[in-house]
Amino acid sequence: MLIMSGIRLLVGTRKGAFILTADGKRADWEISGPHFAGWEIYHLKGSPVNPERIYASQSSGWFGQLIQRSDDGGKTWEPMGKEFVYEGAVGTHQWYDGTQHPWEFKRVWHLEPSLTDPETVYAGVEDAGLFRTTDGAKSWQELPGLRNAKGKLWQPGAGGMCLHTILLDPANSERIFVAISAAGAFRSDDAGQTFQPINRGLKSPYELPDPDAEVGHCVHRIALHPSRPEVLYMQKHWDVMRSDNSGDLWTEVSDNLPSDFGFPIDVHAHEPETIYVVPIKSDSEHFPPDGKLRIYRSRTGGGQWEPLTKGLPQQDCYVNVLRDAMAVDSLDECGIYFGTTGGQVYASADAGDSWKAVARALPAVLSVEVQTLP
Amino acid sequence: MIRVVLPVHLRNLARSSAEVQLEVAEPATITSLLNALEESYPVLRGTIRDQLTGKRRPLVRFFACGEDVSHDSLDSLLPAAVASGAEPFCIIGAMAGG
Repeated sequence: MLIMSGIRLLVGTRKGAFILTADGKRADWEISGPHFAGWEIYHLKGSPVNPERIYASQSSGWFGQLIQRSDDGGKTWEPMGKEFVYEGAVGTHQWYDGTQHPWEFKRVWHLEPSLTDPETVYAGVEDAGLFRTTDGAKSWQELPGLRNAKGKLWQPGAGGMCLHTILLDPANSERIFVAISAAGAFRSDDAGQTFQPINRGLKSPYELPDPDAEVGHCVHRIALHPSRPEVLYMQKHWDVMRSDNSGDLWTEVSDNLPSDFGFPIDVHAHEPETIYVVPIKSDSEHFPPDGKLRIYRSRTGGGQWEPLTKGLPQQDCYVNVLRDAMAVDSLDECGIYFGTTGGQVYASADAGDSWKAVARALPAVLSVEVQTLP
Repeated sequence: MIRVVLPVHLRNLARSSAEVQLEVAEPATITSLLNALEESYPVLRGTIRDQLTGKRRPLVRFFACGEDVSHDSLDSLLPAAVASGAEPFCIIGAMAGG
C-alpha cells in the first residue's frame, strides 16, 4: 500500500480562504485561516506537478479582482498579475433585454493549473472568457477563440455569465473542455485556439425556446476521470448527463434521483464509473429535497443511484452545495469532500459511505479542492 | 507630504499602516495622488480605480476635509489642507448591503 503523508483541503468562502489539513487517516483535521479575511475567495487550486504552488482568486465588490500565489503550500502568499483584458475588439453578447452588451470583466471563478507546468494556469472568468498565464500568474492573456463559438448568442443567467469549469485532458494536451452558465459546454482540440459547442443531446425545455439549441444550455459542472477522458459527466441546471464521445453527444442518466437539479458532479479517483451528485430541490429552491442532505452515488456511470446519508443531517437541512465545492482525493480508499453554503465542510474517507463534518461554521463555502500530498 | 488613509482591506494588501504619506508634485489632484499611491504600492492598482478606464470603482469613496469629494473631477485640485498635509485624504469602502 502506498503511504501518503497527508491531505490538504483548499476551501474558498464568501469571507476568506481556509486550509484544512489531516494525515492519511483523515480522522483529525486542523484548520488555518481565514486567509484574505473579508474577501470572496471563489477558488484555490494547487499545481499537480508542484503541490506547494497554489493559486487563489481573491475578489471583492469594493476593490475588484486579485490573484494570489503561494509557493509554500498556503503558508504565505504573494499578489500576482490581475489584469484580465479581453483580446482585440471586446465584442458583445446578449443582454437581459435582448440587446447586445459589451463583454465586461467581473471576476475569476475558476483557476485550473496545467497538468505539466506549474507556471501555466487557465482562468475562467465572468463575463465568460478563458485566460491563460505561462509565467506563474504574472500576466494573463485571453484565448479569444472561445468567444467566437457563438458568443453573441450567450447571455447571463441569474448567477452571471461565468466560465466555471475547465478540464484539461491528461491524454491529449491539445484538448480542453470548458463550461459556461447559460451558454453550455465547449471543447478545444487545438490547445485553446478554437472551440466548438458540445451540447448535442442536452434538452432545456423549461429554459430555452428551442430545447435542443446549440448554445444557451445552463451547464452547472462537468467532470471526467483522467484514465478515460473521453467520458464526460455533467450536472446541468436540470438533468445529469453523460457523454461517451468527448461531448459530441450527451444522454441523460438522472433516472432515480429524487431531483436532477444540482450543481457539483465528481468522479471517484479510482473507479471511472463511480460518480457523485448532490440533488437540490429546484432552481428556485436551492436546498436539498425534504430537508435531507444526501449525496447520491452511482457505480454505473449514472442510471442507478444510491443515497449516502450516514453522518449527514437528515432533517431541517436547507443549505446548498455550489458547483466548485466538491472534490475527491486519490488515497487508496478514495476520500470525498464538499462544502455548503451554511459553512460546513464534510469529509468521507470511505468513498461516501460515511461522512463527518470537519468544519462546522465557516462562511458560505464557494469552493473545495483537495491535494493528496506525498 | 500628503497623508492618505486607507481602508483596512487595502492596508492589508499594501502591508502598510492605516495612514501612508506620499510625495505628490504640485499642483496635486486626485489623479496625481492616486498615481503616487499606486507607484508606492503597486498591489493597489485596480483596487481603487479601474485599471483600464481610470474610473473610481463604484463602492469606493473619497473624503477630504469632512466632504465627500467622490464625484469631483479626478483632475480637480485637492483642498489646500490636504495638499499641505494638515488634513488626510481618506479612501473609504462604501457602505453596502444590509
